Amino acid sequence: MPLLWTLTIVLLLGAAGYVLGRRRAIASAGGDVRLLHSLPGYYGTNVAMFTIVPALLVLSVWMLIQPMIIQSQITAMISDSAIEAAGSRDLVMTDVRRVANGLDSAIAEGGLTEDEARALRTDSSDIRARLAETGVALGGDVTPEVLNAAQQYRTLSRTGNLLLSATVLVLAGLGLGYAYSRTHQEFRARNAVERAILSILMLASTIAILTTVGIVFSMLFETFNFFQLYPWQDFFFGLEWRPSFEGGSDLGLIPLLWGTIYISIIALLVSVPIGLFAAIYMAEYSSKRTRSIVKPLIEVLAGIPTIVYGLFALITVGPMLRDYFAEPLGLGTSSSSVMTAGIVMGIMLIPFISSLSDDIINAVPQSLRDGSYGLGATQSETVKQVILPAALPGIVGAVLLAASRAIGETMIVVLGAGAAARLDLNPFEAMTTVTVKIVGQLTGDTDFSSPEALVAFALGLTLFVITLGLNVFALYIVRKYREQYE
Amino acid sequence: MTDAAANAPILPRTTSLYELDARTVRRNRSEKRFRLYGLAAVMLGILALILLLVSILSNGASSFRQTYLTIPVTLSAERLDPSGNRDPAEMARVTTFGYLPVIAQSLIDFVAAEGIETDLNPQQFAGMISGEAPAQVRQRVLNNPDLVGQTVQLQVLVGGRIDGFFKGRVSMSSAARDSNVSPEQLLLAQALADNGAMVTRFNWRFVTAPDASDNRPEAAGLGVAIIGSVYMMLVVLFLALPIGVAASIYLEEFAPKNRLTDVIEVNISNLAAVPSIVFGILGLAIFINFAGLPQSAPIVGGLVLTLMTLPTIIIATRASLRAVPPSIRAAALGLGASKMQSVFHHVLPLAAPGILTGTIIGLAQALGETAPLLLIGMVAFVREYPAAPLEGFFDPASALPVQVYNWTQRSDPAFVERASGAIIVLLVFLIFMNAMAVMLRRRFERRW
Repeated sequence: MPLLWTLTIVLLLGAAGYVLGRRRAIASAGGDVRLLHSLPGYYGTNVAMFTIVPALLVLSVWMLIQPMIIQSQITAMISDSAIEAAGSRDLVMTDVRRVANGLDSAIAEGGLTEDEARALRTDSSDIRARLAETGVALGGDVTPEVLNAAQQYRTLSRTGNLLLSATVLVLAGLGLGYAYSRTHQEFRARNAVERAILSILMLASTIAILTTVGIVFSMLFETFNFFQLYPWQDFFFGLEWRPSFEGGSDLGLIPLLWGTIYISIIALLVSVPIGLFAAIYMAEYSSKRTRSIVKPLIEVLAGIPTIVYGLFALITVGPMLRDYFAEPLGLGTSSSSVMTAGIVMGIMLIPFISSLSDDIINAVPQSLRDGSYGLGATQSETVKQVILPAALPGIVGAVLLAASRAIGETMIVVLGAGAAARLDLNPFEAMTTVTVKIVGQLTGDTDFSSPEALVAFALGLTLFVITLGLNVFALYIVRKYREQYE
Repeated sequence: MTDAAANAPILPRTTSLYELDARTVRRNRSEKRFRLYGLAAVMLGILALILLLVSILSNGASSFRQTYLTIPVTLSAERLDPSGNRDPAEMARVTTFGYLPVIAQSLIDFVAAEGIETDLNPQQFAGMISGEAPAQVRQRVLNNPDLVGQTVQLQVLVGGRIDGFFKGRVSMSSAARDSNVSPEQLLLAQALADNGAMVTRFNWRFVTAPDASDNRPEAAGLGVAIIGSVYMMLVVLFLALPIGVAASIYLEEFAPKNRLTDVIEVNISNLAAVPSIVFGILGLAIFINFAGLPQSAPIVGGLVLTLMTLPTIIIATRASLRAVPPSIRAAALGLGASKMQSVFHHVLPLAAPGILTGTIIGLAQALGETAPLLLIGMVAFVREYPAAPLEGFFDPASALPVQVYNWTQRSDPAFVERASGAIIVLLVFLIFMNAMAVMLRRRFERRW
């Protein structure tokens, strides 16, 4: 692994730089540490930093750019007819990469020599069989064009890697030399080091922004592609969801959105009363002892992964609802249904609602309660007529947050709600949601140029916008409410 | 209020204080009812938790036990080594299909020798043995060619339906309707079990073996999934912890109050609420399609989960940095430390327990996350163990929660038991991590 070697050498250089820098600083002060501007360690760190940081930066940027440059060079080599034969440009490129990797591992295992790999021709030898001998399986026969491209790919990446190692090592050496020559008694090493650390800290905090930008752009870009292939009116207002990979699919958002909202409403109908009453009981009625046992128990529900709830819906709740409700009532025979997913999701949201409401109820000032009791109200009257109205904005905020959770929830609906897109009112019928379809369209082998795959990005963007809107609105309400008592 | 009080004449109380009037009774009753609602809600919550756990445990506990058949197997030389020179390369030509009759014949001989009456044909005998058993015997023989020609006591897996019979999943009446197993086979299995040749015992292979194909639920294990999950957690730990701590230190200790920091803060709280599947789309678009990282590799899963866990870690870290009293910073600055020194030498070590607790909780969340991993191809069927770290991060692997999902999509009902068993393993990991977080908090928590 030459890259690992380059990395190790850079790190070793850095370590050497630390020792050298520290020694030179002490020497420049004539061995008296008190005469230095900074502690000796800072001089060492400064040299090590100059050695390592620029080299690593170049390394990572290079590794990001090199594949792109090679990709574009190789793509230029492939003729349009080859692309048509394989179906898409991506598929040809995958082939090229696989053949190149196959040659690499064949060389590594000793089945081929470096020269043989470069001189291979499709007419003189059966590449597929030769690679299979060394344990590299290829899907189909290799065309001369692909082999040629693969060989070119290998040469390009080899020269690229060599250049990379050389550049990085030279840069590390230069950094070391520069920082070492600057090391002197008067040099303000601590300030330099601290400035650098501060910029690293700053960089780390921008990753959050980069993530958001990444999310938005990755989805915007593909959504834009999608709307070039499929009219946006049909997506947003279409009443049919019927993807077919031969083309001519109906990709309407409305049935998915309806399933999502229906399931979320049932989930909220389950979780809001239970969560709210549990919060009221724990905040107003229960003894400290009971509270210290019950509260963590309910919060365990929040720590359970959603896949567990999904399995619970699939093997327990679904069959139970079907056998005891849906079939006797003649409402359906499917064990995955809106009701199944809704109830299980409701259970998942109970701790969410209860702990948020608990905080909000506890934030209502005691004086309000005392005033109510003083007027002769019972505890329940106080809760109903004083505490809940005072806490209402916060509780609404909590419910909105829970709704946004429910809309974005995936595993429970994947396992509990079914996959049929339907505009129906029967809660014991299987329906599907936006998240289920994102999973459905993007798992397995997907061709990223077809509208059937790209629609997932449009769905994702819709989901992102809805949940973000709900969150911002909820936080706004909660914050506005909080200002009243603080 | 005052109007009402003025208009309604206040009547003198005519009844005893010991007798409640109708209105008070009604109010008291409503009070009691309200209280009961609250209690019922709490009970429902706890009931749901208990139901959930009982359902998973009762379905999954049996996956840790597996039925094995221990019989003397005669590894006949003419079948397993037709050329007769014990050359492993030659013997490798005999595929697993060649080994199944050998085991089946041994079973027939064993049954005959034990004097158990049965009218099964050889094919039905073979059907009782797991499809995985011949492969295991073959591997064993190829590793040790001298075994050929001998009769060795071997322990082989039995088929999923026979195993289900001993676990109560398959009954005589269900076997009569099932094309994969017949009641006669079950009778023979019962006889073999009474005889002591067929035992159901603890099954380590469930935790260590790789996944198995659709019709071999009895051989499926979690080995690859556990390794994949551990690799992803390593990536998350080594990326999310330093980045999260660095970001929090900047925001809490250094950041000036300006538009940019406001944007960052709002951003972080919003990121915490973005649906997990959206992170999966991000991973697919950026890490796989744009950067060209391999599908189903732990490195991609780790990167996606890192982005998801960052907000959790940042929020926890900032809270514990804020909890360190300003007097500590002031004292450090007063003794001549720079701002940076006061943070790294004094504030950070004092905040470390809180940061670690938050990190562990974030990791536990990441461990159970499924949806984003589905999109980056972790659902693939992987039987090869990934290599040791660094290179292994780029090898295809599965992950514990994804393996659960994967098994729920299979048709054989025996996989439901496996999926529940996988969840038990997942929950054990989660309980362990959370217990560690609680312990850390108890042990090191400081109140100023």
